[in-house]
Amino acid sequence: MEQKTKINAEEGKQELVITREFDLPIELLFRAHAEPDIIEQWMSNPYATAKVLKFEGKKHGSYQLESTDAEGKVVFRSNGVIHEFILNQKITRTFELENAPYGVQLEVYEFEQLTDQTSKLNMHVIYESGAKRDQVLALPFAQGINMAHNRIQEILNTLK
Amino acid sequence: MNLRRDVFQAIADPTRRAILLLVASHTMTAGAIAANFDTARPTVSKHLQILTECELLEQKQNGREIYYHINAQKMKEVDAFIEPFRKMWDDRFNKLEAIMKGYQSKK
Repeated sequence: MEQKTKINAEEGKQELVITREFDLPIELLFRAHAEPDIIEQWMSNPYATAKVLKFEGKKHGSYQLESTDAEGKVVFRSNGVIHEFILNQKITRTFELENAPYGVQLEVYEFEQLTDQTSKLNMHVIYESGAKRDQVLALPFAQGINMAHNRIQEILNTLK
Repeated sequence: MNLRRDVFQAIADPTRRAILLLVASHTMTAGAIAANFDTARPTVSKHLQILTECELLEQKQNGREIYYHINAQKMKEVDAFIEPFRKMWDDRFNKLEAIMKGYQSKK
């Protein structure tokens, strides 16, 4: 099966491109990036609940997100400023993971209409350096390993 | 170049993946790496040797110490390395699509 979400991270560069086609009209794809209660829904997963602390969807606006685990403990916070916010077309913003060594990234979201019922998101992300980009790319790989370790630990704990 | 080992064999082992993650954040000596594991030091040395042979790690002599650092170029040849990142976004976007279909039918 063809992969719907594509990542293009060229060798030695400090940027990457994420593209995805959606079976959604462009208005709904844009709304999913513009309304805090909807952002919270799709950014949450079984391990972490996303909360939008602040969101000003406009030029010179800013936002702050928080992610908590099942016990309500804050896993991470992120924030950024919004440089451009053009309805159904484009969002340009910065993104920074607080208390983390990955620096600030510049994100350009381009929303493209394909048909009345389908649309495409083109996300261009630029990092402070190639090394920082590679660290961010490695994070989910690292978390996967940590989760596997935690699961092993949980099982061992039940055997004690 | 030693072709005896390939990268897929190297990352198949969980200890070796854990070593790669440790070294990914900063350059380390063999001793500092071994201190993170309960495994015997010679076992860690063997893992370091395999990772070096397949060029995922590079060695640099500094005085009496050998420092290990990650060879990011080689790491990226391993699809398995980038796949969890892609999967994370794919999961998010699948969820976004499912949620917004609900909004669509509400119209």
